[in-house]
Amino acid sequence: MKLIIAYIKPFKLEQVGEALKSVGVTGMSVSDISGFGRQGGQTEVYRGAEYEVDFVPKVRLEVLVSDELATVAVDALEKAGHTGEIGDGKIVVLSVYDAVRIRTGERGADAI
Amino acid sequence: MKKAKRKLLIGGTLGVLLVLVMASPAFGQEEPAAATQFVLDNLWIFIAGVLVFFMQAGFALVEAGLTRSKNVANIMMKNLMDMSAGVLAFALVGFGIAFGGNELLGGWFGFDLGIAGVEDTTAEGLLPATFFFFQAAFAATAATIVSGAMAERTKFRSYFVYSFIITALIYPVVLRWTWGGGWLAQLEFPFSDFAGSTIVHATGGWAALMGAIVLGPRIGKFGKDGKPRAIPGHNIAFVVLGAMILFIGWFGFNPGSELLADEFVPQLALKTLLAGCAGAVTAMLVNWLRDGKPDVSIAANGLLAGLVAITAPVGAVETWASVVIGAIGGLIVVFSVTMFDRLKVDDPVGAISVHGVVGTWGTLSIALFARYDDAFLGREDAGLFYGGGVDQLWTQLIFVVTHFVFVVVAAGLLFLAIKATIGLRVSPEEEMAGLDVEEHGSPGYGHDPHLSMGSAPGVPAGTTVSRQAVPSAGEGTAE
Repeated sequence: MKLIIAYIKPFKLEQVGEALKSVGVTGMSVSDISGFGRQGGQTEVYRGAEYEVDFVPKVRLEVLVSDELATVAVDALEKAGHTGEIGDGKIVVLSVYDAVRIRTGERGADAI
Repeated sequence: MKKAKRKLLIGGTLGVLLVLVMASPAFGQEEPAAATQFVLDNLWIFIAGVLVFFMQAGFALVEAGLTRSKNVANIMMKNLMDMSAGVLAFALVGFGIAFGGNELLGGWFGFDLGIAGVEDTTAEGLLPATFFFFQAAFAATAATIVSGAMAERTKFRSYFVYSFIITALIYPVVLRWTWGGGWLAQLEFPFSDFAGSTIVHATGGWAALMGAIVLGPRIGKFGKDGKPRAIPGHNIAFVVLGAMILFIGWFGFNPGSELLADEFVPQLALKTLLAGCAGAVTAMLVNWLRDGKPDVSIAANGLLAGLVAITAPVGAVETWASVVIGAIGGLIVVFSVTMFDRLKVDDPVGAISVHGVVGTWGTLSIALFARYDDAFLGREDAGLFYGGGVDQLWTQLIFVVTHFVFVVVAAGLLFLAIKATIGLRVSPEEEMAGLDVEEHGSPGYGHDPHLSMGSAPGVPAGTTVSRQAVPSAGEGTAE
């Protein structure tokens, strides 16, 4: 099992979600987050005064997948989230030790 | 206690004004009753104009509530500016086109087109300033209706240009043809529109239709299968509060259009009240029966639909008819909103349905329900249900059809011209990110200061804590 965590541009969420569903991903968690990377923050203007916004809004995705699906899902995510411009975000993949479906008590890959 | 005090205050103010007027030489020879009436008329129409201006706040809240938080500063700015730029445009050009008589406004504002002056067109004993104030509030209403239908995707500067032109040229031509005593008022069976279901509301509604068509739908409004999808608004409390403010404003809009302080004013208020409530209840019930649950914003649209419907016939119909007319308005708006969704016209707030479609219904309802001689009708029992035949129906149809064609062509050309020159729509990236930052510099709902590393509004850029100084900043994740 792998846990895919991705930080993407908020307006890419719909496309990314569609792409993941189309390769067989059955669930994901989404949260609104703020942060910065190499893109840095952004400059805004309020009542004539410029100010720096250190954290820009991003969407964080968490997707739990089987080992077989992991590569396909990451590729789909990368393709759907790509604009080629700065701030497209990152994907990280973690190995998962165990998973439990609370309702049934299923363990491991069955719980995905 | 508070109420009693307020009454005393108003009474006192009136008394002082009365004494001043009666003491002035101009009124020395007149009957005291006429002088009293003069003050009451002008004071009432001024108060009614204030109520109509208050509707700007209602429109702003309804539109802000029905759209997303990332565009809230933009929609508020549009409401602020279609009022401010609109009033200036109306003073400079529009009022002169509609009513002439610019010399009455101090001889400075407006183009003198040699058209008969205000005192010739109203003959109501209103001061030119009172009349202008009231009419300017109406012009601002016609202009502001459009911002909701064009919300979340229109360039601000393009909307600013539109605001100026509709109040300077398009709305005044409609006025000239109608309340200004133009050709629709000179027909054998003249048109009737007491407070502006068509003249004000449908002008805004049909301009909104053209704006929404020329712009195209918001990204994500229609799925790949072409089916409409919901883009929920961000604050239903704003929507209901705004609708209630509009309700209050309507008691200036309709009863004020009497242009006098006479015994009909309370009746006009009563019929306005009943029609608005009938519209809200009907829309809620129809929506509940059709869709399973009563949607709050549809009920608010229903309230406004009832009010728009009764705006034209309010003076001409019996009290029971105002309930029927308002209820039918509420019924129409539920299906009209769905229809425009199916036609792929994206109107985030339902402005085209509420003001255009229901405004047309209200204007036509005169042909069915008119009993009293009112607003250019010139005869009693003009309605079909009172034996008046179809004469009034033809006139009302000519009125709404020519008005529709004129506004659709004029507004359509205006939006196409703006699109071809400075552009009408923001880029897809800006639309997705929200218009607040790109159009106006900062978001309507500001950043949480706790989420900032030392920089804050008002602190000049460059004095902020450098990102590079923060450990591991270069390896940050949310790139």
